[in-house]
Amino acid sequence: MKNREVILSTRSLGKYFYAPIKFKVLDGISFEAYKGEFLTLVGKSGSGKSTLLYCLSTMDTSYEGELFINNEIITGRKINELAALRNRSIGFIFQFHYLLPEFTCLKNVMIPALKLGKYSYKEVEERAYNKLEILGIKDQALKPAAKLSGGQQQRVAIARALINDPAIIMCDEPTGNLDSKNSQIVFDIFKQIAHEFGQTIIAVTHDNDFSRNSDRTIELADGKIISHGKKLNDVF
Amino acid sequence: MRKSINTDIAFTHIITRKRQTFVAALGVTIGVGVYLFMNSLSSGFGTFSKGEMFKNSPHIKIYKNDELSQPLISSRDSGHTTVIINPQITTNSKKIINPEQLLSRIKQQPYVVNAIAQVSFDAFYNRGKAQLRGNGYGVDILEYDAMFKTGKYIVAGNLNRLTGNLNGIIIGSGIAEKLNLGINDNITVTSSYNVVKVMKIVGIYSSGNSLTDNAKSYMNLSAAQQFIKEGPSYVSDIFVNVPDPDNSEKYAAMLQQLTAYKVEDWKTTNADVLATEKTRGTLMGAISLSILVVAAFGIYNILSSTIAQKINDIAILKATGFAGKDVIRIFLMEALIMGFIGTLMGLMVGSVLIAIMSTIYMGGPVGYFPIHFEPALFAKSTVLGLFITLCAGYFPARKAAKVDPVEIFRK
Ligand SMILES: Nc1ncnc2c1ncn2[C@@H]1O[C@H](COP(=O)(O)OP(=O)(O)OP(=O)(O)O)[C@@H](O)[C@H]1O
Ligand SMILES: [Mg+2]
Repeated sequence: MKNREVILSTRSLGKYFYAPIKFKVLDGISFEAYKGEFLTLVGKSGSGKSTLLYCLSTMDTSYEGELFINNEIITGRKINELAALRNRSIGFIFQFHYLLPEFTCLKNVMIPALKLGKYSYKEVEERAYNKLEILGIKDQALKPAAKLSGGQQQRVAIARALINDPAIIMCDEPTGNLDSKNSQIVFDIFKQIAHEFGQTIIAVTHDNDFSRNSDRTIELADGKIISHGKKLNDVF
Repeated sequence: MRKSINTDIAFTHIITRKRQTFVAALGVTIGVGVYLFMNSLSSGFGTFSKGEMFKNSPHIKIYKNDELSQPLISSRDSGHTTVIINPQITTNSKKIINPEQLLSRIKQQPYVVNAIAQVSFDAFYNRGKAQLRGNGYGVDILEYDAMFKTGKYIVAGNLNRLTGNLNGIIIGSGIAEKLNLGINDNITVTSSYNVVKVMKIVGIYSSGNSLTDNAKSYMNLSAAQQFIKEGPSYVSDIFVNVPDPDNSEKYAAMLQQLTAYKVEDWKTTNADVLATEKTRGTLMGAISLSILVVAAFGIYNILSSTIAQKINDIAILKATGFAGKDVIRIFLMEALIMGFIGTLMGLMVGSVLIAIMSTIYMGGPVGYFPIHFEPALFAKSTVLGLFITLCAGYFPARKAAKVDPVEIFRK
């Protein structure tokens, strides 16, 4: 059994929406995500999954309670610090790919790494090719992003999320627009990322197969966690 | 240096949106072009009219001012009465005492380019029954030429013939024409002191300004002194030129230290002309600046629509770690690229307009329209063009920087 190293945790995280009426969309969310864990978030539509994910992502800062990443408190940090933290440590994959249409696939993948500035342009390019190869779309690298199929575009977006080797990858319905074959491909990649490279995946999903086969599933209802996932001990 | 990713994104946006870039740049082109052209017009004409002014008036003039009697003679003690009188001009003569000494002291000043003495009087030019009114000036003609370049305008005879020739006179072409006189002819000159002299025309000048050409004549100092029945120490004005006429007031203040006579710089003498010119300059500046501001709206519009269309891209950039200031930089850079292209084209358009304008013949003393390529104005137009695009770009860029990615991803 591996050491249970906590990578991300929350302490009684809560959030309100004020329009059209005030209501508590998240209530007392406390959980931990471990290094190398493939974690899924499920729940009925409107239960607050996306809202929670945005709070975890550091993009939404208007919540109560506390968020920790790598045992450091994130709550209350400056916006620019958070941007740098996201660049370094968090990868994002959404239902829609959000690729920049006027750039090639390769460039799309490279952009977060060029922003990070840790590697030279040549090295970044090499790494980007590498990620595209892992995702099986190296041959599409030089095509404009807009000229790829939906499944291919989603894989480019995944490569982009992986380029800086982030500790955590957050996904909101990453397979929502994909057929079962492409969903399976994405699923296998996630499993590989988590188990071989030790990166943590937190994925919101409606796909039952997807969540059932992940390491652990947290279930939300009306903004509260109703299940922390039974399979926890089976995995570690 | 490695090209930053912000620059890379900005250039990619520009290149993939050539048409919008071009339209935005075109606005700046028109703005900068018109600004450059109008200001060159104004400045060229201003320089020209200043030049005209300095053709026969100096940067600084020294003369004896009218003296006023004191309105009040106060009592020395309570026993005497205070006398109140109306102020009156008490000047007896306009003469400058000991002009040679003053002139040589002025000439010793390091900042004095030229200094000359002049004797002026009201003159009547006669030939038979025909009579013309004008002004006679007694000068050292060679020094006068050094100051006013009179030699350039001589159309018959020459300046040297006047030196040492007490009977010689140089007259304006208007006088020569009206009295039907030519070179080497005699002319009868009378002064208001009723001194009559028959003089020999040794030169005729044509300055292009009919007011001058119809009235002014030049002769030796002592000849002029005779016309007003004064001795060789009489001088009515001392003229001084300085290296930098735009700062004439500074030099005038320095000269005033040397003498009690009135030292007046050309700006004081021509205050009305200068005020008119300043008004015209301000007007031109205001109009051309408004056109430039309108041009800036082109940039504002195009950039705003780019940002509206690219809101998803901005959201994902911010999600992946681009800070607000990176987003501002990206879009400001786009504005600057558009502004730079527009400014460059604007300078070209302005140059073409200036070139065309300078071939238009206005006639009279003006000749071709006095407009030139002035590097300072080119620099000013460039700076203004870029500055205005920066301002126009800043507001949309700041809006882009404030995009909340969460709001975009929820949709
Ligand atoms: N900007 C907002 N202002 C007000 N209420 C909001 C806002 N965004 C979401 N909500 C509400 O908050 C609740 C949770 O929304 P959220 O998007 O987190 O649900 P979800 O679990 O992701 O649902 P789905 O599975 O359909 O994506 C919903 O009731 C939704 O209507
Ligand atoms: Mg959702």
